[in-house]
Amino acid sequence: MFQSKIMSLATATLVMAAAVTFIGCKKHQSDPFPASAAVAGWDKTSETRAFPSKDLWQYIDGDAEQYVSAGVVSTSTSDYKFQNQLEATLDVHTMGDAAGARKILETGTSDAKPVQLGDAGVQYAQSVIFRKGPYLVRIVAYESTPGTPQALLALAHGVEAKL
Amino acid sequence: MKSRREFIKTTATGALLLGSQSKLGLASMLDQNAQHVANGKSRVVVARDAALHGQDGQLDEKRVLALLDRAIATYTGHDNPVTAWKQIVPMDKVIGLKTNGLGGKGISTHAALVMAVCERLQQAGVKPGNILVWDRNARDLQACGLTVSTDSSRIRVYGSDVAGFEDQPAAFGSAVNVKLAKILTRECDMVLNLPILKDHEMAGVTFSMKNMYGVVQRPNELHAAGCNPGVADLNCIPVVRHKVRFTIGDAMTSVYDGGPGFHPERLWQPNALIVGEDRVALDHTAWQMIERKRAEVGMPTLEGVGRPPRYIATAADPAHGLGVNDPKRIHLIEV
Repeated sequence: MFQSKIMSLATATLVMAAAVTFIGCKKHQSDPFPASAAVAGWDKTSETRAFPSKDLWQYIDGDAEQYVSAGVVSTSTSDYKFQNQLEATLDVHTMGDAAGARKILETGTSDAKPVQLGDAGVQYAQSVIFRKGPYLVRIVAYESTPGTPQALLALAHGVEAKL
Repeated sequence: MKSRREFIKTTATGALLLGSQSKLGLASMLDQNAQHVANGKSRVVVARDAALHGQDGQLDEKRVLALLDRAIATYTGHDNPVTAWKQIVPMDKVIGLKTNGLGGKGISTHAALVMAVCERLQQAGVKPGNILVWDRNARDLQACGLTVSTDSSRIRVYGSDVAGFEDQPAAFGSAVNVKLAKILTRECDMVLNLPILKDHEMAGVTFSMKNMYGVVQRPNELHAAGCNPGVADLNCIPVVRHKVRFTIGDAMTSVYDGGPGFHPERLWQPNALIVGEDRVALDHTAWQMIERKRAEVGMPTLEGVGRPPRYIATAADPAHGLGVNDPKRIHLIEV
């Protein structure tokens, strides 16, 4: 009887642990790339491509090493277009921990304007970079227009909400 | 000036094909260079046009062609572009144009330059099907604004993702187990190098010699120690050394920090083309341009941030002998 109760308790504990783990994994595995029209004016114009750390050079050869040394686990990327005109690329780097994301964000951005995004973020005229937990997000536009900064911020908030 | 669409349409029919085929214009050019070597100087031309970008920030294709003509005329001493190009390329061979689209859209060899070179090559007598524009893969070519085409009756545009790499590795020094692009080894008789000037997180600067990382299957394996001696060793592999003969460097847009990827906050427009044959002298010249820009905006030198392009001096040493990096031995002509 006592043994049976122990077994039941152990089973329940395992299920709960598995559920917590599953929820946790689900949170981490959620797709951070907003679908078309999920953020006003923005369309996702390419498939998401993913690169594990060992293959990151195939995407950003020469840049990859700084991410690898900061502990990148994988990088995903997709192209976007705002109001069918402004083209942009969204990169989501999943680092091993928040320290890795902080290391990348703090490299060479001392002249950027701070913005309220995730744990910390900065903005330039044509790009937004922010970190949230182990994620480092970079959005770059290929044209500078008066509306570019605001449009990029909107997309960044859309990504942040999905992380 | 034709629009891009008109240009591609015309090249498809070969209507721009003019003139007779030169036996080997390259030979006379090399003779001239032999004189330069005898004089102890390598010639590098930097041609600039401050109005290259219009008010909308876009390149003016007509001015790009004119800038190319000015650079080539200065280098060869022939004002007529057709005559000048006949001094550079053999008419009856397959000419490869190695672009650089690694950094993605915004910091890749400009299609306007590629088109201008193709136009002049055809006018000089190179058949459209004998011009092969290539890079690592379709993505890189698209980043340059180019569309893949394998039609052998037209100018061909494709990457090593189509043509593949040699199974048998090549080697020189530290560059071991290097599997070279078949486009270089089998398809092209001569390669015109069309890199884009960029700061480089590891190498310091990427321009003429570093663009050859795009001809190997796993360039990431050559990145150790600031790509030194990787860059120099790779350029010493015979097929790279001998086929890649002339550089028309795109310094119309560049990044002076944060490269080699696209960092618009570090973008600048030198509005220049850098041309020549001595890849070491070209890279030294390009490096100095980056340093001047960094100084102008108050940034430390590349040495100061721990990534001077040491591979340039290595390439000039006796063991490599790829060219000269001593400013006294570089005949820099700015027009």
